[in-house]
Amino acid sequence: MIELLAERFNFIIVIILMMTGLYAVVATGNLVKRLVGLSLFQTSVFLLYITMGKVFGGQPPILPESAEGHGETAGYDAAAHAPETALADAGHHVEAAIYSNPLPHVLILTAIVVGVATLAVGLALVVRIRESYGTIEDEAINQADYAVDSAGKNA
Amino acid sequence: MNPHLVLRVVSKLLIPLIVVFGLYVHFHGDYSPGGGFQAGVIVAAAVILYALIFGVDAAKRAVPTWFVKFLAAFGVLLYGGTGVATLVLGANFLDYDVLHPDLAHHSGQHIGIILVELGVLSTVFSVMMAIFYAFAGRAPDIPEGEW
Amino acid sequence: MDFLASLLPAHIVEHAPAIVVVVPLLMAAIAAILPNGKLGWAVALVSTVISALLAIAIVVDVQAGGVVSYAMGGWAPPAGIEFRIDSLNAVLLLLITLLGLLSVIYALPSVADEIADNRQSLFYSAFLVCFAGLLGVAITGDAFNMFVFLEISSISTYVLVGMGAARDRRALTAAYNYLILGTIGATFFVIGVGFLYMATGTLNMADMASRLPDLSSSRVVQAAFAFIIVGLGLKAAMFPLHLWLPNAYAYAPNFVTTFLATTATKVAFYTLVRFMFDVFWPEAAFVAVSFFWVFAVLGIVGMIVASIQAVFQEDARRLLAFSSVAQVGYMMLGLGIGTAAGVSAGMLHLVNHAMMKGVLFMALGAFAVRFGIRRISDLNGFARTMPFTSVAFTIGGLSLVGVPMTVGFWSKWYLGVAAFENGWWWAVAALILSSLIALAYIARMLAAIWVAEPHHDRAGAIASARAPWMMLAPMWILAIANIWFFFQPDFLISITNAAAEAAFAGEAR
Repeated sequence: MIELLAERFNFIIVIILMMTGLYAVVATGNLVKRLVGLSLFQTSVFLLYITMGKVFGGQPPILPESAEGHGETAGYDAAAHAPETALADAGHHVEAAIYSNPLPHVLILTAIVVGVATLAVGLALVVRIRESYGTIEDEAINQADYAVDSAGKNA
Repeated sequence: MNPHLVLRVVSKLLIPLIVVFGLYVHFHGDYSPGGGFQAGVIVAAAVILYALIFGVDAAKRAVPTWFVKFLAAFGVLLYGGTGVATLVLGANFLDYDVLHPDLAHHSGQHIGIILVELGVLSTVFSVMMAIFYAFAGRAPDIPEGEW
Repeated sequence: MDFLASLLPAHIVEHAPAIVVVVPLLMAAIAAILPNGKLGWAVALVSTVISALLAIAIVVDVQAGGVVSYAMGGWAPPAGIEFRIDSLNAVLLLLITLLGLLSVIYALPSVADEIADNRQSLFYSAFLVCFAGLLGVAITGDAFNMFVFLEISSISTYVLVGMGAARDRRALTAAYNYLILGTIGATFFVIGVGFLYMATGTLNMADMASRLPDLSSSRVVQAAFAFIIVGLGLKAAMFPLHLWLPNAYAYAPNFVTTFLATTATKVAFYTLVRFMFDVFWPEAAFVAVSFFWVFAVLGIVGMIVASIQAVFQEDARRLLAFSSVAQVGYMMLGLGIGTAAGVSAGMLHLVNHAMMKGVLFMALGAFAVRFGIRRISDLNGFARTMPFTSVAFTIGGLSLVGVPMTVGFWSKWYLGVAAFENGWWWAVAALILSSLIALAYIARMLAAIWVAEPHHDRAGAIASARAPWMMLAPMWILAIANIWFFFQPDFLISITNAAAEAAFAGEAR
């Protein structure tokens, strides 16, 4: 059991963060806190990708200048296969070196940018809601809307 | 004695260094962690620091809103324009090899990456500044003296 | 269609998959800095026309040759990102570009009425980003690239929905709730893609499809399947995950509702079909279980519950939004049947629903531009004031119910036949029941338009106030399409059958 926890420690943290974030989204009535929970939820996904992309003993996936031939493509292929095969195949001119995989990191960068954009739009909406309704508590906003609906005319 | 003296002096020393660091991160994106998005955020952080200490109006004089809007569109067009240039030169979209005839050292790839990362830097910097101006520029509920 | 495709020079057609997504993106950047709303509209119109022509060229290529594959950046798949169009997403490409074009023509008077002048070009810029994002989702062959385009289209959708705040401040809360739920859905999808990458080592969907059958007992793959279904189901407004849709459609600007109702959920449904049949394969036990218990059951519950909720609505657009959720239930039932006939019927309903809801929301927007309509009772007596729009609305409504002489009849017919062939007579019964409930709410709206007396304050102003021709033209193109495709369904049926076959062809790998 302890070995399981020690080996999969990162994944356990991922699950804890994910559930904390989702709980924050569901359980809070404050719009900003809900966005914070969403951010936490997205952060756990980043940790998941980085954990899966770790190559032990990996070097930066940059070919030294001395390697000739297919330059980028060889390096790229080696990097893509590094998690699966520790030694490069005989067909490549690359020395038997272990390169870390750049792909999960690129995916994380993209996901971070998406998260930033979402957070920005969400906060802008919260600012407008605050200016329009005067509050950022969910219940007060629902009350205001319900009053509009049952009054039979639009705000 | 101005209570914010330390802040003003230190920030005047640091802001240029932050901008230079941002540019360093940008140009070394080929060889180390970095690239357009990180650099854009770092340079935006420098300007936001300036705005926090010297006031949003001073920042708006330094980096005006029309410039920010134009730079955002320019960055996207630069990135897309690089892709269109590769199309015009006959290869697939964003195939940088055709940008430079020297295929042995992949100079085309270097040129292509620098151009698109420059586009990303411009757009990310200006979008971060636009977001900051949009939020900071709104009239506060609580007057300055009561913070 | 061949004639239109031959208008383009060959070297543009060769790169069409990239250009069709890139042109709206670049035009969005240009539109953002234009000062004038009309210029922004012109830019939007030009880029949708270009995308429509290129989409037609791609579809002609696919019909001739099978699969169009385009390697971005010259990097060959599976290492590079690939744009891959087969018969399944060719349908989507045509749908998005043509409906986008019709919506943009419709937009000029509607947006001019509803959005402040200094924001109009930014509004069109956001629309172009959304359009590019939806096209990207439809066209890409790489799973993570699909997530990126999905989020591009979703974030711009949140902004577009929020722009309705000028008319009704509830648009802000609607956009916020849509943002929270939509981001959770997209994050679930990216978790699923991460698990798939962990298991197969590739992000290219065709490559994944060839590696997955060996891994069918792996927990990682099963978890990936679960996450992907929930994430995409939320975007497609599958029954219990549809809560964002009614408010988002009701309070957004009319043009936005028209565009989204005809394209956004359809694209998410396509991604579901793609993952269920192409990437995962129907024989795996965990996938086969979901057909019945998830898609068919939730589809039927959604059909009936959402239709009943629609009957009790007071706001006209909210009623149609609930009706959209019910129609998504039909598509889910088609998916849940699990055979090629079922998927084909689901895709047919996808195309038809786009046409029907397009007419209905365009008509409501036309009523709103003239008279600011919100509630159903506001629609009283409109047949006299705006006859052309009312007739178009009636055609759309009858098509929604599935009356013969309109195209809606064919999709319900084929759905019923597919269900019956599978032995699911109770699904046929549910289909009929929900059509009757649809009749109830459509009859309510039609009665208000045709039969009821108009309100007193408007009675004096009934000189016939026609909708602007820019709104009438696309509305009537769709209304005539509704009737014409009833008498000539062969084109639609051939493309949806080809789409279903392409989906099932994934098994052969």
